[in-house]
This record gives sequence, C-alpha cells and structure tokens, in this order.
Amino acid sequence: MIKVLTVCGLGQGTSLILKMNVEQALADKGISADVEHTDVSTASSMQADYIITSNELAESLVGHSAKVFIVNNYFDMDEINKAIDENVTD
Amino acid sequence: MKFLEESIVKIGLEVADAEDAIEAAGNLLVDEGLVEKSYTKAMRNSYKENGPYFVLAPNIAIPHARPEDGVKEASVSLVQLKEPVVFGHSTNDPVRLVFGLGASSSDEHLILLQKLTTLLNDSVNVDKLTSATNYEDIKNILEMER
Repeated sequence: MIKVLTVCGLGQGTSLILKMNVEQALADKGISADVEHTDVSTASSMQADYIITSNELAESLVGHSAKVFIVNNYFDMDEINKAIDENVTD
Repeated sequence: MKFLEESIVKIGLEVADAEDAIEAAGNLLVDEGLVEKSYTKAMRNSYKENGPYFVLAPNIAIPHARPEDGVKEASVSLVQLKEPVVFGHSTNDPVRLVFGLGASSSDEHLILLQKLTTLLNDSVNVDKLTSATNYEDIKNILEMER
C-alpha cells in the first residue's frame, strides 16, 4: 500500500478534487493506495511516498522525503494517468 | 446545498482583473445568503497569499476559502467571463470560467466537489460552458450530467 498526498493551498477544495481523480486513476491501475488531501504547510510535516500537487505549490515542498510530482490540469484523466505511470513504482 | 442554480450563475461578465472575477463569484454566494461577506474577502486574500494554484485546468478557476471564513451553506457559483482573464498561472491561463466554491465542512461539500469534478472531467462540457450565451444552455449541460 502506497501513501499519497494531494496538496493545495488550503487543503479544502482543490486538493480534494485532485484526490478524487487520483484515487480513480490508481484504482483503475489496480494500485493499492491510501490517498489523503491536505494543505501545503501540513504536508511538509507528513510522511508519504508520493505528493501530487500543482506546479505553483511544488516548490514549497522541495526537500520533502516523498517524491513530489506535478499535475497541471486536474480534470484531465489522461494527464493524471500519465503522471502516475511516470512517477509511481508499485 | 446549492449547485449552479440560476441565481448564482452569471454569463458574459466583464471584469477588470482576476481579483474582480473572484469577487464577482463570491458575491453571487453572498447575495443568496450562502456565505458571509467576509468569505469573499478571504477568497481574495487566499489568492494574494497562495497564488493562482486554484486555476485547476485551462480556462477554469475555482477560488474558495475555508469553512470558518463564513460559509453558511455548501455551494458553487459560476461567473462566465466575457473576455479571458489572466490569473498568473504558469500553464492554465487565461481563465474563462470562475467557479466560486462555498466550502463547508459537511458531507455536502464532498457531494458538490464530486458533481463539479464529474462535470469538468469532460472537456466537451467545459467547451459548452465557455460558449453558453444564457442560463438555458447551462441548465441543459447540467441535466445531461444527471
């Protein structure tokens, strides 16, 4: 089971949208994952295998022990699937 | 729970800049009594402090704040901009659709985000929302998704 954080500025809205689509994508691939959404400052002190966020916020997470990768279009399942394929090693 | 009802959708609005657009989306919620005035201000402050990360996809911004900033009822408004507006996002500028999200801490918040995600995951819907000229057009798109 991998641990994934989806991160936005406040942890209320957009990170939840990303979480929904990331969970869907991971489930379709048969990857077992625990996906949590949070804000950028909380994420800094959380343990995870992967962090998915926007380009705008990724630089705030440099140095985190998790592998951080970017999704630009949160509503594009093709982009989300591709990002997972390129970054997540099951 | 309110999701893109006629009273909280505005088509073809002209605005000066991104902050104006955020304010317009927030004020639709204020006018319907769904959020406090303070919530619109918090939405603008979030943009100033955290930047335009809430421009989630090309054309689409979803400004919001925290439930404790004054949300009375979970809700989503829409301002369709007459002219595209630059928010400062590296890949998704400019914006045509601004969805004002009244973020509550209830289960309704999840239901609303699920509805919004289902709607916007389909790029055909995004094109239709962008080219809609009246509320009937929007209503037709929403009914297709039910």
